[in-house]
Amino acid sequence: MIQLEKFTLQNGLRVVVHEDPATPMAVLNVMYDVGSKDEDPNKTGFAHLFEHLMFGGSINVKDFETPLQMAGGENNAYTSNDVTNYYIQIPAENIETAFWLESDRMLSLAFSKKALEVQRKVVCEEFREHYINKPYGDVWFRMREMAYTTHPYQWMTIGKELSHVENAELQDVKNFFSKHYRPVNAILVVGGNVKLEQVKHLAEKWFGNIPAGEKYIRQNFTEPVQTAPRRRDLKARVPLDALYKCWHMDSRLAHGYYVADLITEVLGGGGSSRLYQSLVKEKQLFSNIECYHFGSVDKGLLTIEGKLVKGVQMNVAEKSIEDELVRMTQDLIHDKELTKIKNKTESAIAFEDMNLMARCNSLAFYELLGDAALFNSDREKYFSVTADDILQYSRTMFDVNNSNTLCYYSEN
Amino acid sequence: MSAAEKRIATNRKVTPIVKLPVEFNVQLPPCKKYVLSNGVEVFAVDMGGEDTLMLNWVFYSGNWFEKKKLSASATNYLLKNGTTRLTAFGVNEHFEYYGSYLNRSCYNETAELNLHCLNKHVNELIPVVAEIITDSVFPEEELSIYKQNAQQRLKVSLLKCEFVAGQLIDSYLFGEHHPYGKYSRLEDYEALQREEILDFYKRYYQEGRCVIFAAGKLPADLIDRLEQYFGKLPLRPHKSIDEVVAHPTSPAAQKKQQITIDPQGVQAAIRIARPFPNRHHPDFQKAMVLNNVYGGFFGSRLMANIREEKGYTYGIYSYLMNHVEQSGWIISTEAGRDVSEATVKEIYKEMKQIREQLIEEEELMITKNYMIGTILGDLDGPFQVAARWKNLVLNNLDEKYFNQGIETIKTVTAEELQQVADKYLRPEAFYELLVV
Repeated sequence: MIQLEKFTLQNGLRVVVHEDPATPMAVLNVMYDVGSKDEDPNKTGFAHLFEHLMFGGSINVKDFETPLQMAGGENNAYTSNDVTNYYIQIPAENIETAFWLESDRMLSLAFSKKALEVQRKVVCEEFREHYINKPYGDVWFRMREMAYTTHPYQWMTIGKELSHVENAELQDVKNFFSKHYRPVNAILVVGGNVKLEQVKHLAEKWFGNIPAGEKYIRQNFTEPVQTAPRRRDLKARVPLDALYKCWHMDSRLAHGYYVADLITEVLGGGGSSRLYQSLVKEKQLFSNIECYHFGSVDKGLLTIEGKLVKGVQMNVAEKSIEDELVRMTQDLIHDKELTKIKNKTESAIAFEDMNLMARCNSLAFYELLGDAALFNSDREKYFSVTADDILQYSRTMFDVNNSNTLCYYSEN
Repeated sequence: MSAAEKRIATNRKVTPIVKLPVEFNVQLPPCKKYVLSNGVEVFAVDMGGEDTLMLNWVFYSGNWFEKKKLSASATNYLLKNGTTRLTAFGVNEHFEYYGSYLNRSCYNETAELNLHCLNKHVNELIPVVAEIITDSVFPEEELSIYKQNAQQRLKVSLLKCEFVAGQLIDSYLFGEHHPYGKYSRLEDYEALQREEILDFYKRYYQEGRCVIFAAGKLPADLIDRLEQYFGKLPLRPHKSIDEVVAHPTSPAAQKKQQITIDPQGVQAAIRIARPFPNRHHPDFQKAMVLNNVYGGFFGSRLMANIREEKGYTYGIYSYLMNHVEQSGWIISTEAGRDVSEATVKEIYKEMKQIREQLIEEEELMITKNYMIGTILGDLDGPFQVAARWKNLVLNNLDEKYFNQGIETIKTVTAEELQQVADKYLRPEAFYELLVV
């Protein structure tokens, strides 16, 4: 259990305070309720490009980084399909600098033409570095567009294509800011060596007079239930054949989410997991195999991916995975295996919670899901999952009609 | 404006009052040293409120000591692949059943086993770590799977220009036969033999030089447990010098290289590097500060110019290599193919600038405060503190070096940094590599 307090400013900004007197540091985390799923399908990659522009100067502060560095602070940000998050870690004495900088860019950006020009190029280089100039770099573009017909998870956070980023204009930037970057759409978490009263005072002082803005009402896209298997073959200059399979799973707070999370541990978590032991070690069909999901807010994808041992046929490799899934849908997992995955979950949580920044980030995410206090109750849900839940959920999820398969062949 | 305090904020245009980190008293939290009866030292950082624990067994069994390529890394990797009593699956299942992580890593001088676990399970885990260190069997079947899968991984990596660039620049700097410069090829995996691994294991693990690091809220009986399971083994203290293995460096003759692995590649991996002395050299800590100004963090000159001004790259950094015997100073980036030559030009331009013009006071202060702030943040937690101590111990240094480092950051002058720049940041001393 961690300590937390909440209050809301008049402009709708939700504030969560997490006091931890054991550290000399403080963290200020601002999460905006906007991700790439909120983008126009013809202007994808914009939420992420916008994140870069948040460092290009705000209305009163030309240079975001310098004063922060002078105060001994570090910062970064990330954009996902669901959220955009900005965080600063700084010696607790200097926390007001973080309030000043973060509130000014919520008040208004400088909207500099030069910053847009440069960051368009930087993001295009990021796109090239991670998705074009990498073997298998295009896999998730193809998988998402196959698995989602309707939901905007069908594109990657970086964008569908380079041209969307290249064509972004300053007016798009301004519109995006006023639509999404208002206090009413944001969550502020302050943690570490701070006091509730101090945070109340500073939040009011720096964020209190920012105009509330309009609450963004998200258009909810419901991905229709998949009714037939989907498959696609790709061929590229890669040295090894690879196989990717995805199944739709439940949304973040649904019971099935926790069950699916534990299923990824049974199948792909470490050297004693089923897929590794059976397919890499015993049958030697794959040189590596993983099972994971994306932690998506809306209905996400549970994934199995692996690279085939040279000479192994794709259909043989795929059949071997299916055989393991059949086991999941026919037999209850043993007590020992269930205890193992719960112990692993308990310990993963304990290690994650050691880090102040990670705690503040999770608090913001839980508040975005509905209540920061979920931080303390959400984890319990993993421990109530039974072997029968896993069996039943496997039967539903691993239905062949819910599957998306991408066979990636080597040209060589 | 005083150094300690800046003006009171009256409006959003003015920075709030700041206590400059250079005014902070930065202390490395203490580390207690214990000696087991065989002389093996245990460095213990007892702090933190969490019920989590880290135990780290470091052996002098890195690739420095191997006679044939890959013996060190293969031995280290296969430590988890079976003992007389347990199969590879059995070993993995045991650690995973208790929700723990047993990682192994192989470096140049050292290789290690690193255990992260909940305190409540540690007594179930220590005996199996001892079993791994005393009784691993390296089954032929496990070796053959390792060889096959490692070669497949390598084949994929060889298509990534940053991977190839990393291998080659090290070989230019230190020579392909030096532990810091050698890299493995597919055929090196083929040539691996089980006997070589068994020999390496006996000499460098079972009877190896070892040092242990522990961090977290340490159980009261932890040292007794370590004594019980490791104190009586034929391990030797890490400082015992019974063999001196010298590896002379043999840097490449040619300073500039361009390699093409993908004619259609849209980016070039750029590596520009020179040899640099190790941490014991009086210039090292000053060079750390200078490096930060030049390319060491997001606010550095390379980043400001090449990313934030020109947009040639997603990121560019320079750093001093983390080697014990001899370091290197390297600039590393992936830049658009059409702007890669321009990027190289700017890297040298920034070198010239920093050699020829004194760093301005404000820029120096920003760098110094940023560095101290980072160290403070980095010391927040038992594992991070233990990592600092480990770095000192493995480099034959102590907390005096840490304190000197802090002092250097606080007091080094622009003139001193210019001298360091003038001495080292000379293009003619650098190797330059572009991989497309």
